[in-house]
Order: sequence, then C-alpha cells, then structure tokens
Amino acid sequence: MLDKIGIAKRIAQELQDGWYVNLGIGIPTLIANYIPKGISVEFQSENGILGMGPFPFEGEEDADMINAGKQTITAMPGASIFDSATSFAMIRGQHIQLTVLGAMEVSDNGDIANWKIPGRMVKGMGGAMDLVASADNIIVAMMHTNKKGKSKLLKSCTLPLTGVQCIKKVVTNLAVLDITPDGFKLIERAPGVTVEDIKNATEGRLIIEGDIPEMKI
Amino acid sequence: MNKIVSGAQEAIRGIESGMTLMLGGFGLCGIPENCISALVESGVTELTCISNNAGVDDFGLGLLLQKRQIKKMISSYVGENDEFERQMLSGELEVDLIPQGSLAARCQAGGSGIPAFYTPAGFGTEVAEGKEVRYFNGKPHLLEHALTADFAIVKAWKGDRYGNLLFKGTARNFNPLMAMAGTITIAEVEELVEPGELDPNTIHTPGIFIQRIFQGKDYEKRIEQKTVRPKA
Repeated sequence: MLDKIGIAKRIAQELQDGWYVNLGIGIPTLIANYIPKGISVEFQSENGILGMGPFPFEGEEDADMINAGKQTITAMPGASIFDSATSFAMIRGQHIQLTVLGAMEVSDNGDIANWKIPGRMVKGMGGAMDLVASADNIIVAMMHTNKKGKSKLLKSCTLPLTGVQCIKKVVTNLAVLDITPDGFKLIERAPGVTVEDIKNATEGRLIIEGDIPEMKI
Repeated sequence: MNKIVSGAQEAIRGIESGMTLMLGGFGLCGIPENCISALVESGVTELTCISNNAGVDDFGLGLLLQKRQIKKMISSYVGENDEFERQMLSGELEVDLIPQGSLAARCQAGGSGIPAFYTPAGFGTEVAEGKEVRYFNGKPHLLEHALTADFAIVKAWKGDRYGNLLFKGTARNFNPLMAMAGTITIAEVEELVEPGELDPNTIHTPGIFIQRIFQGKDYEKRIEQKTVRPKA
C-alpha cells in the first residue's frame, strides 16, 4: 500500500518533458518533489504564475509571491506572471498538458466531486470547476477509501459534482486505474496489494484483464 | 491629466450603502488595504462585494464582515474565515459562489463591452442551475453574464497620475480585470511615480481604466500561509 508520498511518486512517473502542469492542493503538490531525472516541466498555479519554484528559504518569503493555496513560493528562472483571466485562458484553452487534483469521490464514468459536503460549511470551488471542465488530461490523486473505510471510487457520486465525465486516470494508495466507457480499468497494483483488496475497496464497475502488474516506485 | 486624490478617504467618496464593489486580490495578496480600512470607518452597509476571497477574520474583507457591512459576497473561495461562516449559516450573508476562471472572465467581459459568453466550467453541476446550455464542437457550455461594479478598488505596486499601473508578483491576480469593470475605479499604489518613469512597454493596466489613484500607507501585506524550506 502506498502513502501520500508514494501516490505522488507514482503520478510523477506520468510527467513528460516539456509539459505544463497544474497541481492541486494536498497530495498533488507533493509531485513537484519527484520529477523524474532528465525531464523539464513547468508548474502553473492558477492565481497567475507559470514556472512556480519551491518554497522560499526562511526569511526570504515575499507576501507578493504566493500559489493558489496561498502558500509563499518562489519563481524559477524563466517563470512568468499574469492576471487571473490569462491564467484561466491557459486552462480553458487546453494549453496545460496535465492537471492533478484531489477528490472526495470519483465515479466510474469520470465524474468528480471535490468541493462541497452538504450540511458542512461550503468554502467554494475555487478554480476546480474550470480545471476539470477544460483539461483533457486529468489525474485524480486520492486515498481509495474514506476515513470510514468506504470506497471513493463509485458507480455514481453522492456529493455535489465538480465536473462530469472528465477524469481520465485515478492513482490511489491501492492502485492505478484508467477510466474507460466500461468503468475503472485496473492498470497496476500498489506494492503488497492484491487484486482482491482492490475489488473489495472499489464500489464502481471494475475491469480486470489478465495479470495486473505491481507498480514500480 | 491628474487622477491623484489625497488618500483612501477621498478615494472612496461616493461609495454609498447598497452599492456593488469589486475588490482585487487573491487571498490576502494584492488587496486594497487602505481602502478597506476607509470603508470600515465610513460605515457604509448593505454592500455587495465581488472578490475572489473574503479575507480572514481580522484582515482584508473580514474587517467589513465583522462590522456587518456586507450584504452579499460574490467569490470563488471563502474558507479560513469564522465570521463569514457564522453569517452565512445564519442567513445574514448572501453568498454566490462562482468558478474562479468564470469570475475572472466575467469581470474582464464587464469591462470589455462583452455582455455574456459561453464557458464549459460548471456544466452538470449546481453552478449550471438556471443557465442556458449550448453545445460548441460537441461540448456543453454555460452562458455566463458579465459583471460590473459601481466602484472597483484595486491595489498596485507602482502607478502614475495618469492611472497607469504596474503590479508586483502574484499580487496582480484579479486586479487588472476588476480595474476594467468599475464605473469608477480606484487604484491604491505602494509607490506613486512621475509620468514617464513607468516604461510604456511594461505597463500592466493602462490609465484609461483608472479614475482615482493615491499612494497608500502602512501596508501590512499579511502572509496567509507562510511556507519555507530550511537553508541547506
């Protein structure tokens, strides 16, 4: 089974040289620490920066340099800064090659719910709805089950949706799954996890074809 | 041409209870601190505020919320604010949540003479309720209307008496878009410079969009989430 860092490491393997990538808050943010050697990617943060760098050194933080999670950041050489409309033009116009975000639920037809739990304080969707509606390569990074042990990979989402039929791939602590017209297709197992474990933790339609290889992390 | 006013108090003259305001900033980054303080002092109420976020309890728009001066918030993300939560759950505060990209585009459209546009964001979600859906290239889109405001209030790094503005870092965010969409737009700047000091090639917001400008003071520029790495 993977921890959050393991999930980030596995998704980092999907990165390709020259890609522009938008990483959501939480597990996705960790991916920036595990870019494969020999590959160059640029990270976009939707508040208006391309070429986002690591956190600043203590004492060098700048209130005018933050990411969409409102964390202090730095800019890499070659970075650019722009307004929010330009930022979402990059997103809506599909200039970003990969979007990774967290989710509370994903359905086997690619719907995602990640912004609102009825009865709880609503904080807002931020840029998530724009990202999922427009990006054509979206990976969800999340735990396979919630804190109560219930599957987050469902036949249909129960929470208010963020977007419909938009998710292409899910990487969890248990597995890598592609979303196909017939449901979640199991691609890889996490180390030490059996196909049976994944079946038991997946409520949505699950397709298992042939031997399922173990991930290489 | 001289758009300089003496300070925040003079800049907000004409803002009355019940008006709609746009306020630039993302989180606490690039917010018009001086004008927010002046609005708190002025005591105007029943405001509709269009702003990506709603500040924190004791800073930014949170200061106006504490004094119950805001009737309605139009935002994309409003976490990190207990007073906001209390007023929203008790029904004292109306809240309209909008996808962030749509919010940016709606402000830009409002200042650009585009009354409405189609965007894919929010299709199939509760954001789509009551909105016209139209398919382009086989994909569903929602009709979203432009936003304008009686006053737009922005914060820039440098500006001149013509209203030309330069922003610093990610403090740019919504500021240039909202600057376009106010009937009257106020710019508060950290540094007011002489015309000609700003290179015309690098100006972010041309002065035509600004009606009043002043050099602000005592900027706190609070950091919401200080994240650092240890020195190697």
